Amino acid sequence: MNHNIYLYILVMALTTYLVRMLPLVLTKKEITNVYIRSFLYYVPYACLAAMTVPAIFTATSSIWSGAAGFLVALIAAFRERKLLTVALLACAAVFLTERLMELIPYIMDKL
Amino acid sequence: MNRKAEFKQGMKDGIPIALGYLAVSFTFGMMAVSGGISIGESVLISLTNVTSAGQFAGLDIIAASGTYIEMILTQFIINLRYSLMAFSMSQKLSREESFAHRFLVSFGLTDEIFGISAAREGKVSAWYNYGAMCVAIPGWVLGTLIGAISGNMLPEFIVSALSVAIYGMFMAIIIPPSKKDKAVLIVVIASMIISTLFSVIPVLNTISPGFVIIITTVLVAGIMAWIHPIDILDIKEAADHES
Repeated sequence: MNHNIYLYILVMALTTYLVRMLPLVLTKKEITNVYIRSFLYYVPYACLAAMTVPAIFTATSSIWSGAAGFLVALIAAFRERKLLTVALLACAAVFLTERLMELIPYIMDKL
Repeated sequence: MNRKAEFKQGMKDGIPIALGYLAVSFTFGMMAVSGGISIGESVLISLTNVTSAGQFAGLDIIAASGTYIEMILTQFIINLRYSLMAFSMSQKLSREESFAHRFLVSFGLTDEIFGISAAREGKVSAWYNYGAMCVAIPGWVLGTLIGAISGNMLPEFIVSALSVAIYGMFMAIIIPPSKKDKAVLIVVIASMIISTLFSVIPVLNTISPGFVIIITTVLVAGIMAWIHPIDILDIKEAADHES
């Protein structure tokens, strides 16, 4: 079968857009039902937590640097640092952990 | 806040998102070109889709010359979590602004932009989302372009470090409210445990990550709303705390 790349892209983009657009446009009224309101109040927290763990542990080149990023982000977020600060501190933790891990074989050699 | 201030704040909050996107879309660009897709086409995919998991899955289908139905079903399942976010956003978006804004806001409703909008105090203005989109989407597209042009412009250690930026941001959004609201804390911990179980338990770990997020979210938010419903006053109070 011969497929057109632009048709693939169109199908992909259209499906993705409709999935995002329809609920936002079709739910016009303010929801008064307490159960649904409570559900929607919890959705972002459940969703973002599920996206972060376990993904953060496998996003970097090693599970240890991912864990370091997680720990540092957890402490920084707990201290209510700004979004960018938490993000950059997590990046720095990953970077430093990976550099330290490169040093371990050399230290082992010396011992 | 007026439109301009909302837009500016959105741009500011969009910076860490753009940084995180650079790393992810860079990888996407590299993989797209190595899968036989041209530089222009990979950039077009990023510009029209603005979603990570969906685009990576799309690449596989294009490379395998899959059917269009397969493409629709895969995108639908992987991206179904956006419907949940869109439903949540439908309540969060300011009603003072024109209804037409919803069509534009939904184009840029990514995990990260949804995250920062959800963290706003009270209702959120469409202009806040536009500000974030103006910074985040160019980051997404630019990363794809750089990745597609050269597979080794960014050294591997930088890509690795940048890839946690997005998760750091997510945590900056969910941890502070967890300190104040025990129900939110339980939701966060339970979600982390359940999604981890899905990735380690045999059979369950074959379910796509996009679907795991939907199952986890519906399960945890659904049970919590049932055992610990909050009335409108509580939500307002919690929103005040978030600031």
